Order: sequence, then structure tokens, then C-alpha cells
Amino acid sequence: MRWRRKRERKAPASLRRSFVTPEGVDLRLELASAGTRASAFLLDILILFISLILTTVAIGLLGIAKARAEIFMILWLIGAFMLRNGWFILFEMGGRGATPGKRLLGLRVVARDGGRLTGGAVIARNALREIEIFLPLSFLGMQAADGAADGFLTLFALCWTGIFLFFPLFNRDRLRVGDLLAGTWVVNTVRAKLGDDLVATRAQQPRRIFTDAALDLYGIYELQTLENVLRNGQDDAIVTVAATIRRKAGLPDDGDDYAFLSDYYAALCARLERGMLVGRRREDKHASVARR
Amino acid sequence: MSALVQGSAAPPLVNASRFRAAHEAEWDRLDQLVTRMEKRSVRVLSEDDILALPLLYRSALSSLSVARETSLDRALTTYLEQLCTRAYFQLYGVPDTAMRQLGRFFRTDWPLAVQGLWRETLVSFVLTLTGVIAGWWLVATDASWYYSIIPDAMASGRDPAASVETLRATIYGPQEGGGLATFAAYLFTHNSQVAIFAFALGFAFTVPTVLLLLYNGLTLGAMLCLFASKGLGLNFLGWLTIHGSTEMFAIILAGAAGMRIGTAVAFPGRHERTEAAVIAGRSAAIAMAGVVLMLLVAGLLEGIGRQTIQQDAMRYGIGLAALAGWLAYYYLPRRQEAPDALAA
Repeated sequence: MRWRRKRERKAPASLRRSFVTPEGVDLRLELASAGTRASAFLLDILILFISLILTTVAIGLLGIAKARAEIFMILWLIGAFMLRNGWFILFEMGGRGATPGKRLLGLRVVARDGGRLTGGAVIARNALREIEIFLPLSFLGMQAADGAADGFLTLFALCWTGIFLFFPLFNRDRLRVGDLLAGTWVVNTVRAKLGDDLVATRAQQPRRIFTDAALDLYGIYELQTLENVLRNGQDDAIVTVAATIRRKAGLPDDGDDYAFLSDYYAALCARLERGMLVGRRREDKHASVARR
Repeated sequence: MSALVQGSAAPPLVNASRFRAAHEAEWDRLDQLVTRMEKRSVRVLSEDDILALPLLYRSALSSLSVARETSLDRALTTYLEQLCTRAYFQLYGVPDTAMRQLGRFFRTDWPLAVQGLWRETLVSFVLTLTGVIAGWWLVATDASWYYSIIPDAMASGRDPAASVETLRATIYGPQEGGGLATFAAYLFTHNSQVAIFAFALGFAFTVPTVLLLLYNGLTLGAMLCLFASKGLGLNFLGWLTIHGSTEMFAIILAGAAGMRIGTAVAFPGRHERTEAAVIAGRSAAIAMAGVVLMLLVAGLLEGIGRQTIQQDAMRYGIGLAALAGWLAYYYLPRRQEAPDALAA
């Protein structure tokens, strides 16, 4: 099969994008996945619907109580219009660059060129929602209303609107049609705490000493995996990892897995960092060990 | 080969520990400032904090660069990455205050955006005119065309079979079904939604937008022909002009904005395709915000003005004055702002 051979192994699709600040540092933004964005949108829609229903009920009660139904009718019409079009636009034009749904999920709308988010961009990306969401919905509604009026036409319409609806899945940057047109994208902005310093916390205790051969077993990738294991602190993971390292390095079991791993982490980290200082960066265990 | 437990501590101090010890206080301060800005706004910061902010931000950025090159503590680099990202958006990405944005919108952004669309505006005006002429001609040659152009719901009795009196009543009679203000609000929301829709449809290479404009012209032409054939042409035009000058102008502009996007996507010119789409999208969106405001005015004129003002002269006067106002606002030469003058 020739065509199969041609297919090369691609690097796994990543949502990290290079983003260089005016100071010249790459922030490596992480784009929001399609799933997160869909959930944020659903959250927003849910809040919208609930507030719409609540105001409708409230206006209904007030309108019956007083005979001023007309004013409430106007308020309702304008309010519904503002909710449908203004909700996304006003929230995203604010300082946070996110609707409540996006905020809950730690997302933020950002200009792709790194500049400030202008009103024009926010309006453009949200006005296009008209053909992305409401057009498919209205076609579905039409079909439900007419029954099988014109099956072929509705099928065509659904395919056509589906292009816009599923547009984010067909490009690398998860851009909606609106994002494309407004020059924006949606990134994750999760607030994180600085984790403890794994090495310094055990600085006072005596350390195990490892031979060069034992430390040459692993590279940076394995070191950072070990860091995750230590930070997560799951007992069975620690036991497994400690056993593997001992078996590979040929070390006896001294009974304290966590301390053993911490010491090994510190020693390995120091060794790899020393290598980096002289320009030898060992990415993972498959990279060759540089000898003097 | 076994791991020895040493008695005396000779800690292999890794770079991350030294680095954390030296800078953690700065990062913490920046973190607190950014968190406060995210929760409220810049205004909650004291003067000292504001002065310190750029310094802290730059030192965090340089910490990030150093950490990436010298340290293997992943928790440290991820923490610094998110801290710098959040600080960046608070420093560079925050929009102006609402009042200043609004001021700029009315002073320059809106008229300039509409001005920039002049070519598309002309095209969509010609399209609408073509529709009007075609509609008129079709109904004039065969009145049964009227029924296929105008749906029953919209005609509501205004068809070739109606008598002159019924038609006259639709022009001068009271509005059926509820208060004027409700009607105005309904018209505004409905028309704006359609205009936004027409704008968004422009993305599909303008085809749907062109069709919408043509159809809009067709209905207008058919109605005009119908009323003219009963000798009510000028009266109908007056009934229409009072709000129609604003409303039709707004619809033409919405079509033009949609067209601008579609043509930018199809024919990007010297720019990259996505880049051309972004430039067109942002300016067209500002014009669209203006269109919605125009439709608000049109809704008020239509819902309230049209029913309370019954003289033709007044109707024409108001409608044409509104049109002249819009034209002057958009197209009268205005002083360019400094950066624009440089760019031009």
C-alpha cells in the first residue's frame, strides 16, 4: 500500500500557540478546546434563558396587576433584543473579555495580534453568531413546524448551516467564523498557585547519594513526570515509580519510597541543570548521554 | 552501587530553589495586584501599586525567560507563564472606558466606518433600485405577480383586489393591533435582527445578502406599483418616506457591510485572506452597530411619527430631513484624527 507509507508521523496537535509580547518573551498561550467553548456557550445560553423566563413571569404578573401592559411589553421586547445581542457583546467589551459562562470555565477572548480588544472586533465576532447558531436553529424549527415539507431543501440547508456550526472543528486554532472575521481567539486563563519547592522542603534532611550511572538513566521528560508524581502524592504511583527506578538503577529497597524519590528527583534535577548550563540539554531518556 | 544515606547535609541546591528564594516576593506582589485588577479594575490600585506594576511585570517576564532556560521545575515555569499572561492582558489588552469608547464611536468611528463602505453602499443602493424597478415592472405587466412577491401576512389586505378606500385607510387610518410604542419597539427589534442577519450572511461570499437586498427592493416596487395604479402613489410614498428614508438607508448599509466582508474573503487583494477578513470585519461591525441605532430611530419614526402625523407634506419633510441628516453626518468631510492623517 503506497499511500500508507507516505503518511508520516505528525507531532500531536497541540493547542499551545506562540505569542510574543512587545518585551520579546513568548507567552505560549493555550487555546481553549472546542468542548470547553461549547460548554461555556451552553452555560451562557442557560443563564440567558433563565433570566428571560424570570423577567417574562415577573412582567406577566406586574402586567396583570396593573393595566399598564404596554410599557412592560415594550420593556420585554427591548430586553429580549438586548439579551440576545447585547449579552455577549457587552460582557466581552468589559475588562475581563469574557461572558459569565467563559469566566466560569476560565476562558478569555483575546485579539490574535495581541493588541487590545476593540469594540468592532467584539461586535463582529458576536454578530456572526447569527449564522452560526440561530440560522441552524431556525432551520430546525422550520422543519419541525412544516413536518416533511421539503425534505431535500431542509437537508441542504442543514448541511450548509452545519459548515458554520462545526467550523471550529475544522481548523487548528479552533476559530469560529466570528473569530476568523474579528481577528480574535479564545484562550485559557487559569489562575494557578505556585507549587512547593520539592527540593528545598527536604533540604534539612540527609540525602541519598546516587552514582552517575543511576542518574544517567533519565532525561528532562522523565524528571518532570517524576515531579508530577511527587506533587500529586498518590501512594500507588509513588510505589510503582520508586520500584521501577530502583530496579533499573539496581538499588536496594530502603523502605521509604517518597523520600527516595524526592532525593532522586533533587539529584537528577541538579545533574540535568548542570548539563544545561554547559549547553547539554537531555530531552528524554532516549537522548544520548553526553560524555566529557 | 547502593544509595548511601549521608550524615551531613550537602544539599544539591537546584536553580529553582535559588530562583524562588530571590524573586518569590515580587511574583506574589504582582499576583496580588493582577488578581485585584481582574476582580475590579485598575482604579482599585494605589499610586504606589500602579508605579510598581510595569516593573513587576517586566521582572516576572524576565524571570520566566530565565526559568525556561535554567530551571527544570515545571511547576515554577507554569506558574510564571500564567502570571505573565494574566499581567499582559491586564496591561495591554484592556479596552478603554465605556464613556471614551462611546465618544469615539459617535465622533469618528461610526461615520468613518460608513464612509469607508461607500463603494458597497452604492452597489447595494443600485441593487435595491433594480429590485424596485423590477417589482414595479412585474406588477405593472401582470398584477398576479403581486401575490408571488408579497406574502399574505405582509400584504394584510393590501392587494390588487382591494378598493381604493381600503388602501387609503392603510395609509391614513389608525394602526390596528395595540399601542404605537409597542409597535415601534417590535419594529425596531425585528428590523435590527434582520439587518444583523443580512450582515452575517455576507460571509457566504455576499450571495445571500445580494438576494435579500433585491427581494427588499422587489416588495417595495410591487407595493409602489399597486398604490400608484389606484392613484395613491404619492400618498404611499409619503407614508413610507417618514421612516423609510432612515430604514431603507440602514438596510442598504447593512447589505453594504455584509458585502464588504464577503468581497474581502473572496478577493483579499494585497492582504493575506484572513487578514483582509479581519480588517473588513472590524470596520463593517462598527457600521453595523450604527445601523442598529439607525433602525432604532426608524422604529420610533414609524411606530409613533407615522401614525400621529397625517399630512403628506409633514411626512415628506421629516423623512427627507432625516435622510439629509444622515448623509451629512456620514459623508461631509471632517477633520481627520492625527494618526489617520499620517496614514493617508
